[in-house]
Amino acid sequence: MFTAFLIKYGEIGIKGKNRYIFEDALVQQIKYALKKCEGEFKIHKTQGRIYVDALTEFDYDETVERLQTVFGISAICPVVYVEDEGFDKLCDTVVNYMKDIYGDVQKTFKVFARRARKNYPLESQEICMEMGGAILDAFPNLTVDVHNPEIKLNIEIREKIYIYSVEIPGAMGMPVGTGGKAMLLLSGGIDSPVAGYMVAKRGVKIDAVYFHAPPYTSERAKEKVVDLARIVSRYTGPIYLHVINFTDIQLYIYENCPHDELTIIMRRYMMRIAEQIAQETECLGLITGESIGQVASQTMQSLAVTNEVCELPVYRPLIAFDKEDIVTLSKKIGTYETSILPFEDCCTIFVAKHPVTKPNLGIIKKHELCLSEKIDELVQTALDTKELIIATEN
Amino acid sequence: MEVYLDNSATTACLPEVAKLMTHILCEDYGNPSSMHRKGLEAEHYLKEAKDIFARILKVNTKEIYFTGGGTEADNLALIGCAIANRRSGNHIITTAIEHPAVLETCGYLEKQGFEVTYLPVDSNGIIRLSDLENAIKKETILVSVMHTNNEIGSLQPIMEIGKLIKQRNPKCLFHVDAVQGFGKARIFPKKMNIDLLSASSHKIHGPKGVGLLYIGEKVKIVPIVYGGGQQKNLRSGTEDVAGIAGMALAARTLYEKLDEEVIKLYELKQYFVEGLNKIPDTQINGFTDGRSAPHVISFSVHGVRSEVLLHALEDKGIYVSAGSACASNHPQTSKTLKAIRLDKSLWDSTIRFSMSVFTTKEEIDYTLEILYDMIPMLRRYARH
Repeated sequence: MFTAFLIKYGEIGIKGKNRYIFEDALVQQIKYALKKCEGEFKIHKTQGRIYVDALTEFDYDETVERLQTVFGISAICPVVYVEDEGFDKLCDTVVNYMKDIYGDVQKTFKVFARRARKNYPLESQEICMEMGGAILDAFPNLTVDVHNPEIKLNIEIREKIYIYSVEIPGAMGMPVGTGGKAMLLLSGGIDSPVAGYMVAKRGVKIDAVYFHAPPYTSERAKEKVVDLARIVSRYTGPIYLHVINFTDIQLYIYENCPHDELTIIMRRYMMRIAEQIAQETECLGLITGESIGQVASQTMQSLAVTNEVCELPVYRPLIAFDKEDIVTLSKKIGTYETSILPFEDCCTIFVAKHPVTKPNLGIIKKHELCLSEKIDELVQTALDTKELIIATEN
Repeated sequence: MEVYLDNSATTACLPEVAKLMTHILCEDYGNPSSMHRKGLEAEHYLKEAKDIFARILKVNTKEIYFTGGGTEADNLALIGCAIANRRSGNHIITTAIEHPAVLETCGYLEKQGFEVTYLPVDSNGIIRLSDLENAIKKETILVSVMHTNNEIGSLQPIMEIGKLIKQRNPKCLFHVDAVQGFGKARIFPKKMNIDLLSASSHKIHGPKGVGLLYIGEKVKIVPIVYGGGQQKNLRSGTEDVAGIAGMALAARTLYEKLDEEVIKLYELKQYFVEGLNKIPDTQINGFTDGRSAPHVISFSVHGVRSEVLLHALEDKGIYVSAGSACASNHPQTSKTLKAIRLDKSLWDSTIRFSMSVFTTKEEIDYTLEILYDMIPMLRRYARH
């Protein structure tokens, strides 16, 4: 029965002169999200609103699900369009609409009328009253509540007449692409995909880097990361995933530095490499899934030591999250099942039994000097041989 | 160079098998149950396949049944016999090193009220006949023993086991999981007192998704799949004509030259083993001579994790498996390696090479050469 969706956006509405930028980005994102949906849609801006009109038959559930992945949408209202065939006919149509959606329930309601086409014979107030009366006559169990109605029935008189009352919550946030771009350090774990999702939600476009260490990590581990990027790309649009072969760097660190500092030094090199790719690809920051105290390399001391190598800001949206909360989010996003597949990633393969938890920057820097002979060359080779995978939904 | 040494996981389909299957799928695609000529044509392929297997096993054609693979054959044998013979007793005997297709099915039967005895094995992965003798009771309805172990290649004394079972309890049935042994050995159920025997197509250069269960004429068994009543009501579902014909052609091709091929495989294995023995701090698990399968070598490397070695070999085009690959995606300690009491530190340092009749000496030389280079290097970076 629905023929269109009214897209409500929260925060964009308060933007001043830049508002059109946000709206245009939102239209783009909606187009991207609906590309894989059955049916054809026309997305248009009309009088400060975005409508998604279905031009053909479409799958309602699938379409709503897709729209719910678009950041910047606060609510999705399924709309019925009807031709103007006089007010009496409209009342019949609305009564049928109410019957189809709510049946005979005990609820309160209020009619909201808007008359964008001013030549309509009734004024907004009159529409509200007359329509309310017709509904009360048809549904004895409904009562009017003008302050706190459970059903907000909207009637908008435009070229056609729009009827809607259901509001489906959207993903919130800001349209991707309105907030610049950042480089996500993506591992195969639970946290980093969630971190990427959260920053993308603020309108940031995401590129990603994955460190892969064959033969210590398998081809399947890499595929798992690509799969994770694909899932996140449902929300963010295509993700440019840079895959770095990290084996030689890791082995070199292993041979020349104390084992208990291996992870922290390794992470410093990951940040350095990520930053370099970020700068080449015009990213404005790095994103990691770190959370204070989760593992040895994520204590405040370790984070400070890792952070020290970066000039770009490092965004850590999960910094104060408990693991359980991250897991809940990852289940909601849909990455959890993939994240828990048991493939070893490069952070765990050489991990010492007792890695340092309170590294001292001075000492770490001193030990990194032991790498000076070959490390620059190895980093350069890793950068030169990086592989680019564009992760997007199939 | 690509060297595929994971033939116990699966094998390449023979080109002539693939060709025959394409022909059947596209031209002779009839349903063997159909009454018209197209159906009859398809039925002929089934008959011919049964003939081939009956000849190889020296059994009757009506004792051959086709399933959707080795796992299903094992399930039908165990569950079907257990239920059908419940009145005679509720005791089943198997070994600790069976494939999950048998072990997990036994676990299910335990939940259904059956009692299952799991026979231990010695350090070479072979059961002791005395253990079996002591385990057989008058309530024992079924003994299930694998012909060839999939992880270390140990061979069970099938002939002696068959004889012993029938001496102790003539009513007790004997099932042999020959998924790894079929195509590598001559197995004759009638001579060996085997009542049921499972085999799989894709381990013998046939297609995946097809298996076979020999069921002796007098065996009491009920179906586990219900439907249209095909295969004398024991395995409903339209027969996979192409797959069955493909499996039969693969089996015929292998068995035509089996004896000489097996001798060649043993020679190659011996050669491989000698080369592997030159690598310090390594060991081969189980026997390496005629007391083990001609194609499987279980190889433990101190100080190198099997997964790492596997991926490093993969990088050189050599495909092997870590422990047992059949349960690939969830790494867990192999039951066989535990059962032969392999040193705990080697559980995670053991890989399996499994050859096929197409494996060449050049491939083994290449593999050895790579291993000689690679193992010392990988040992430098052990996890601490």
